[in-house]
Amino acid sequence: MSTAVDTRPVHDEAEDEQILDAIRKWLERDVKPHVLELEHKDEYPQKMVEQMMELGLFGASISADYGGLGLSATTYAKIVTTISEVWMSLTGIFNSHLIMAAAVQRFGTEEQKRKWLPKFATGEIRGGLALTEPDCGTDLQAIRTRAVRQGDHYVINGTKTWISNGIKGSCYALLVKTDPEAQPRHKGMSMFLAPKGPGFRVSRKLEKLGYKGIDSAELIFEDYKVPAENLIGGVEGRGFHNAVGGLELGRINVAARGVGIANAALKESVAYSQIRKTMGKPICQHQAIQLKLGDMATRCEAARLLVEQAARAYDKGERCDMEAGMAKLFASEAAVENSMEAMRIHGGYGYSKEFNIERYYRDAPLMCIGEGTNEMQRIIIARQLVERNPV
Amino acid sequence: MKIMVPIKRVVDYNVKIRVKADGTGVDLNNVKMSMNPFDEIAVEEAIRLKEAGSATEIVAVSIGPQQAQETIRTALAMGADRGILIKTDTDAEPLTVAKLLKALCAEEKPGLVILGKQAIDNDCNQTGQMLAALLQWPQGTFASKLALSSGKLAVTREVDGGLQTVELNLPAIVTTDLRLNEPRYASLPNIMKAKKKPIDEKTPEALGIDTAPRLKTLKVVEPPKRQSGVKVKTVGELVDKLRNEVGII
Repeated sequence: MSTAVDTRPVHDEAEDEQILDAIRKWLERDVKPHVLELEHKDEYPQKMVEQMMELGLFGASISADYGGLGLSATTYAKIVTTISEVWMSLTGIFNSHLIMAAAVQRFGTEEQKRKWLPKFATGEIRGGLALTEPDCGTDLQAIRTRAVRQGDHYVINGTKTWISNGIKGSCYALLVKTDPEAQPRHKGMSMFLAPKGPGFRVSRKLEKLGYKGIDSAELIFEDYKVPAENLIGGVEGRGFHNAVGGLELGRINVAARGVGIANAALKESVAYSQIRKTMGKPICQHQAIQLKLGDMATRCEAARLLVEQAARAYDKGERCDMEAGMAKLFASEAAVENSMEAMRIHGGYGYSKEFNIERYYRDAPLMCIGEGTNEMQRIIIARQLVERNPV
Repeated sequence: MKIMVPIKRVVDYNVKIRVKADGTGVDLNNVKMSMNPFDEIAVEEAIRLKEAGSATEIVAVSIGPQQAQETIRTALAMGADRGILIKTDTDAEPLTVAKLLKALCAEEKPGLVILGKQAIDNDCNQTGQMLAALLQWPQGTFASKLALSSGKLAVTREVDGGLQTVELNLPAIVTTDLRLNEPRYASLPNIMKAKKKPIDEKTPEALGIDTAPRLKTLKVVEPPKRQSGVKVKTVGELVDKLRNEVGII
């Protein structure tokens, strides 16, 4: 039976500062000097992944009972923001992995938790979430990947796309249909832990506008056999529940990335505007630039506070779909607007690949699309508003 | 062998400090504080000696306000075994710090004390030398390399004009220079584990040391803004300026 356990840890401010300090030191020394090169070569940051393993990031939100750090969503969001200020792509490498781990932690059997979580926590097994298919993303219930039980295993056929860590990872939380005829449709969906093996192949790496370095891939399953014991929770028909159960945390994470990009665009703009001179004075003394900086800084603070609010609600075990939706919507749009404004402030240098601004500009739109489009967030917020305020 | 590593909580090296409007000191409100970078090098070296089997225990010591405990936690997360906080709200001067450390050495009996050569807040560069003098222990200052064998410590020192290697009997005092090592950053699991490591608290009074300052700060001012330079057209003009205007040749 599945055991939906929520292990929501207590949040500790002093400890947060120490953790963020360690991460900033790592970013300063081992990440910042290499970002531009890896980004433009679209090269997988293997060394940084090993350093993230040493830092313990692959176990950040996994319970200490299973070898993880058991960090709160509030702390985790701060980590994601801090790293995204330097290179957002890195957060995808452990974020997608941790969502896979969260599915096991929240919905897996005790045996599955003991088997998989310690290896996820060390990064010995890394992977991600395999939900999206070529014909469906937001409408998850329309997936076509099929699993058919044959004795003590299932045989899986289908295609998944936009799978983060698809090439370098070795195991995925794979959403399939075990009963395509079920009504409502979600009752026919199940989720498996799918390690790479015969019948499971990566068909191609997907080229993207931004989000470079991380391997987003298309995965093909052709008569791929997975042991029945890998069915998360041990019961068919709960896959959709397993997948959407992690959406709030996923949205808080994406929002935290948005805050990171928005902050980075602001910080570089504040610095550059004091150095660059026009008409005999630094451009930060021109009102045209001041108006931009004022708006950018306000967006950063508002986005950060929305993320903190949603993360705190999550940590307390409160309902937070509307809060996570607001954070995701606002922070991702803040990232888009701030990166555009940073480009205007930097002028030609903002458009140059020798600076970071064009990367923020390419990375930011992903935050509006991923983890439920912003259009979906607006609908979720509106529905919640009505539900929470009946007349 | 036990290694003692004194560490100081200072304004983070990335912070651009500002002088208080009334000129009484540096504005520390909402300023990020961190471990003195030279002390981080000292902690790292102690950990390396322990990892190499040359040391059995590392004790991190800080003298300062309650918040200095956070700095000790950082050392514990890096790999120190336990901490001691000598709690005082007085800004302890180097001689006071050396006296406190001497008193602590009498209790802890370390085989080696590794300190940063100076703290980046006041750049005194005195504590290690004073401690060595008070204890009458040998000292190797500005170390860029340490080698321990047969109970002797070879310290390569960065001195004007090159490198000098001295051999010290233990117990000894070493102060670190920048090139000694590159300190590790604490991993997240080690930060969590450090919460369980012990930190003892002591007071200067209990150690019998008077912390009253001997120096009086009259005024703190910003350094003058650097003036823009002058371009010269020829070597002759440069020599002429150096000789007749600057007067250094």
